[in-house]
Parts: sequence; structure tokens; C-alpha cells
Amino acid sequence: MKNYLNEKTGLWSWLSTLDHKRIGLLYLFSVLTFFFIGGIFALLLRLELFTVGETIMGPEAYNQIMTLHGVMMVFMVIIPGVPAIFGNFFLPLQIGAKDVAFPRLNLLSWYLLMTGALVAIVSVVTGGVDTGWTFYTPYSIRTDNGTIWVVVGAFIMGFSSILTGLNFIVTVHKLRAPGMGFFKMPLFVWGIYSTAVIQVLATPVLAITLLLLTLERMFGIGIFDPKLGGDPVLFQHFFWFYSHPAVYIMILPAMGIVSELMATFSRNNIFGYKAIAFSSVGIALVSFFVWGHHMFVSGQSDAANFLFSIITMLVGVPTAIKVFNWVSTMYKGSLSFETPFLYALGFIFVFLIGGMTGIVLATLALDVHVHDTYYVVAHFHYVMVGGTLFPLVGAIFYWFPKMFGKMYSELLGRTAFALIFLGFNVTFFPLFFAGTQGMPRRYYDYIKPYETLNQISTVGSWLISAGFLLVLIAIIHSLLKGKKAPDNPWDGRTLEWQTQSPPIHENFEKQPEVTRGPYER
Amino acid sequence: MNVKHHAAHHFRDASHEASASKLGLWIFLCTEILMFGGLFVAYAIYHNQYPEIFLAGSKFLDWKLGSLNTLVLLLSSFTMALSIYYAQKEKLTYSTMCLWITFLCGVIFMVVKYFEYSHKIHDGLLPGELFSHAGSENLGLYFSFYFSMTGLHGSHVLAGLALIFWLIIRSHKKHFGPGYVLPLECVGLFWHLVDLIWIYLFPLLYLVE
Repeated sequence: MKNYLNEKTGLWSWLSTLDHKRIGLLYLFSVLTFFFIGGIFALLLRLELFTVGETIMGPEAYNQIMTLHGVMMVFMVIIPGVPAIFGNFFLPLQIGAKDVAFPRLNLLSWYLLMTGALVAIVSVVTGGVDTGWTFYTPYSIRTDNGTIWVVVGAFIMGFSSILTGLNFIVTVHKLRAPGMGFFKMPLFVWGIYSTAVIQVLATPVLAITLLLLTLERMFGIGIFDPKLGGDPVLFQHFFWFYSHPAVYIMILPAMGIVSELMATFSRNNIFGYKAIAFSSVGIALVSFFVWGHHMFVSGQSDAANFLFSIITMLVGVPTAIKVFNWVSTMYKGSLSFETPFLYALGFIFVFLIGGMTGIVLATLALDVHVHDTYYVVAHFHYVMVGGTLFPLVGAIFYWFPKMFGKMYSELLGRTAFALIFLGFNVTFFPLFFAGTQGMPRRYYDYIKPYETLNQISTVGSWLISAGFLLVLIAIIHSLLKGKKAPDNPWDGRTLEWQTQSPPIHENFEKQPEVTRGPYER
Repeated sequence: MNVKHHAAHHFRDASHEASASKLGLWIFLCTEILMFGGLFVAYAIYHNQYPEIFLAGSKFLDWKLGSLNTLVLLLSSFTMALSIYYAQKEKLTYSTMCLWITFLCGVIFMVVKYFEYSHKIHDGLLPGELFSHAGSENLGLYFSFYFSMTGLHGSHVLAGLALIFWLIIRSHKKHFGPGYVLPLECVGLFWHLVDLIWIYLFPLLYLVE
């Protein structure tokens, strides 16, 4: 049967493809590779922290590996993750289009990500980076190593993100199938759309920040350097003006996936469609006015602290609206617990903890106490891993039959979920305690009282990697031995389930027309 | 009508494609404004903090050269717009000629910039650490802004020149006409933005007093 996978063959047909589905798979392959490398770094870090004192590496190696772990996971895995893989593959399918608006630009975006990643990796040979993924000045100006490569790499990858977002905004506006108004779009599309708006509006500020940092290192322009009259706190403002909204670049599309999973596996119309859709846009808007909560102890004025604290707590409102609606969607549904749905349920549990601890961090008096401790590390891993990676893996299983036309093994999928869920909580929950007891982040060592908590955490990291390894095995197993997938294995209602698995090059045999809501049964 | 343009397969027709391309371009221009916006914000903060440095620094710039460049860019924006107008009226020779004028204006801008830069470098009026002009201390920060703002702008002029040159080649091949001016319009919008940013840079850097 003719489909997008066998339409053309050969490596070059992939590297020069303009098909959004194939580009989605290019991203899938590259992001999974980066995730694998970043994951190994994480394992090494946890192993070093297994005992007091030097376990497997010294402080310099630890700082460099920690930086690489952060840079790779943020810029190469979580930010491109959901939008670039699943947005590319399923956005056009879900709105009944043949492709994204600018296919050439789409391919260029992938090449930019690859170029940026390569440039960033050059830093490893030129002496490593030990600034952390935030590149705070003035340390990042002074430290004598490969910082400039990573900064330039992140700059290039930023353009990949901007162009992807631009492409998606135009696609959503211009290429929806006849009859699909904005309120007939699937919620994943709303998530991707809100994300794209943030990508387009926030990333340019990161671009100029990193450009100035590069100039700072090359010519000593002094804009962020106190020695020359500059202000390092300005760097933090600029950096977080992008990087806080970037947190929502990570979470919004993942929330879109959760909406899809909830509706499909509850076999129910989604509860509160408009509330979920608007809350995505709401989160996107609020996300631009909370960056200062990263700087509560950086010498910001009290008035600014107060405002940023209040606005940060506001994020909880649209987020809670989503959670209530997802839970209500399950009510009186006919639930079935296939692997993707387990990830959605796991997401709600884990994300709730991540979100609640976020409110703690937004509270000024409490934040001063736990700032830069492992409490923060635990919090953002609950949000990023639990909030983004869980739905991402869920999406791999959910859409796998559509992408490759093969079913996966439920046994492998469910076991992997159990390991990841358990391992994740074992790894990160103890760190909340370590944080409240005052263990500072970013050090390669700690004092004796924290040892037990750290050992539990390290054991958890082994469980979670076993889980991810099993996901990989499930994917390979399915590609080699999987049963042929029907067109609509989950009884899904959105448009991608109405074409064959895997889809043809043009997506649909004939242009679909939309007459009802995306989840109506 | 001698021009036939085929829309890509995922668009209904050429006008559908044109409207999508223009929306995309406007979004791109927004990102450009935000990127320069970072620099303008930093400028505003430091100008507010050290007004005397900006005043003293600006005295080293030649407002006559700045005005010349402003006029040159304004003229180039006008001829850019004219070339679209002529293409739509099917006066293709005029259209190509206007593109050439636009291109030349861009080149003049860069040549003037070159002389300004080499003069500054010769006098040691350099950014931050590198500042070494005898007799005036602490002006490095001003020249950091001067070089990074005009440098980023200059790189946009160069990109614009490359795009306009591409248009000239296509224009000689008679690719444009009343039915198809999309590339002219898109590059034109970009060029107008580059012009507009200069309109802000000129007073902020040259006319501080």
C-alpha cells in the first residue's frame, strides 16, 4: 500500500524531504538521540552524588556535565520535542491540510537545529562549559572555555524554534479544512498554536541576549559586565524574559496531548472545550509577565518582587481549569487503560505536585528559604519531565500506529510506564526534602546528612532509565514485529484517524470537510 | 500576461499562497522588531543611567554622514515601492531600474558606514574594553551600543542587498508582472523595516543632544 514512508526511498529522500510527516520523523529521531545522550549525562551526575566526596568525577567534570545535561535537555529535547515532532506530524493532519504553510522553511528549521546542536557540541572539544544552561554573567564572560560555542549553538537553535512557530501560526490561520472554525480545532492544535505565539514573541529576545553575550566574550562590550559599567542583572532579565515563557513552550503542547488522550481514552466528548482552549492562550499571555520570579534574590526591587509573585500565582488559575476539565472528561466516560492513557493519568498526578510546589516557590518569603536548593531542582523536574516528557512518551505510543502503521506491545508499554512513573518519583521526591533541609543545587558534593536522600534518588534514576530503555525496546519491537495497525485503533474522533495508517503523501484521499466539534460522538 | 506562477500543492491557488506568505512575513517582521527591541531597551536603561556618556559619545559621530545615510535609505525605500508599482502596471523595465537604484542606495549606505567605522577604529573609539581614545574615559559603553546597534542593522542591510540582488536577477528574467509580485512585496516589506529601524537609530545615536 502506498504511503508517505515508502513513497520514496534512500537516505537523500529523507534529508531533502519537504513532507511534514517525514520532517516530523527526522525530529523524532534526532530528539530521541539527544535525549539518550542527555539522559546518560543525568545518570552520571546522579552517580557522582551517590556518596559524599568524589565518587566518579571531580568538580570540574561535574559542572561541565551538568551544563551539558541542562543545555541538551532544554534546547535540544524539551523545546523542540513536542512541537517539532508531533506538531509537524499531526498539526496538518488534525486540521485537514496537505502540509504546513512553508515546507521548505520547515526543512530549514530542522537543519538549523542540527547545525546549532553541532556547534554546541563543539564546546566539548574546546574545553567544555561550566556555566549551567542559564549562562549567567559575569561568570559566563570570565570562565575560560567553550562557552561561546554553546551560546552560538543556542542562538542558532533559537532560529529553528522561531521559524517552526511562524510556520505553525500561518498553517493554523490559512490551511484549516473547509468548515473548521477556530472552535472546531482539536485542543492539541490550540496548544501548538499558543506555543507558536510564545516561540515567535519570546525567542528573538533570547537571540539578542545571546548575541550580546557573544559580543561580550569576543570584544568585551561590557553591557552585562559590571567592570565596564554594565549590569549582570539586566542579563538575567533578558534571559528570563525568554526562558520563562520557554517553560510554557515546553508545557503547552504537552497539555494539548493530554487533552487528546483524555477525550480519546474516556470515549467522551471533552468537558469544557472552550475553557481548555482559552486557558492555553491565557497561560501563553500570563507567561510573559512572570520572568522576575527567577530573580527574587538578585536585587530586584520589592515592588517588582511583589508583582511578579502575584502574577506567577495567577498561572495556577488557567492550569487548574485544565486539570478540572480533564478530570471531568473522564466522568461517566468508558475508560480503557492503554499505555498512552496511563501517561496522561501519570501526567496529572506528577504535574499537580510540580504545579503546587511552583506556588510555594512563587511565595516570596518561602522562596528566599528554598531558592537555589534541591527543592527547585525537584520542582522543575516534576514540571519538565512529568509535565512534558510523560505526555511526549504517551504521544509516541498514542500516535505510533498512525505514524508507522504498526501496533506496539501493550505489555512492554505498560511495564515501561510503571518503571518510569515509579523511578521518576523515587528520583525526585526525596529531593524536595533535601531542598527544604537546605541542600544547595549545582554542587558536585554535599554534607553527610543528605546522603540517604541522595542515594534513594540515584537508585530512582536507574529505575527511570530502565523504563526509558524499555520504551526504546517497545519501539524497536513494534517496528520489527508489530501487528499491522488499523486506521483508527483507539476510536479517536479527530481528523488524523480518518485517513489510512500510515497516511499517504498528501495526507487525505480527498479534502475532508468538518461539520462537527473535534471530539463529538 | 506573460507571467505564470504555480502555487504549491497544499494551497488552493496563487492568492491563497500569497496571503499565507504575507502573514508569515509580517510575523517574521515582528520577531525582528522584538530582537532589536532588546537592544533598544538596553539603550534606554543605560541612557537613563549614564546620560552624560551618551551625550559625550554622540559628539564623536558626524551627523552629516548620518543624515546622508538616512536620505539614501529613504530614497531606496521609495524606489523599492515604485518597483512593485511598475511591475503591477506591467512596466517591467522601469521596475528593474528601480530595483537597481534601491540596490545602489543600499551599497552607498554600506560604503558610508565603512568610512565611519574605519574612522572610529582608527581613533580608538571602540566598544567597552577596547576603547582607547586618548583624553576621554568611560565612553566605551556608548560605543558598545553604537557598534552593536549599527552592526546588527548593517548585517540586515547586507541581507537586504543580497535579497534585492536576487530580485534583480529574477526581474531580468521577466519573472514578475501584474499577476505575480509576491517576492517583490515580501523583500520590500523587509527592506522598509530595515529602513524604519535606521530612522530610530539615527536620532538615538547621532542626535542625542
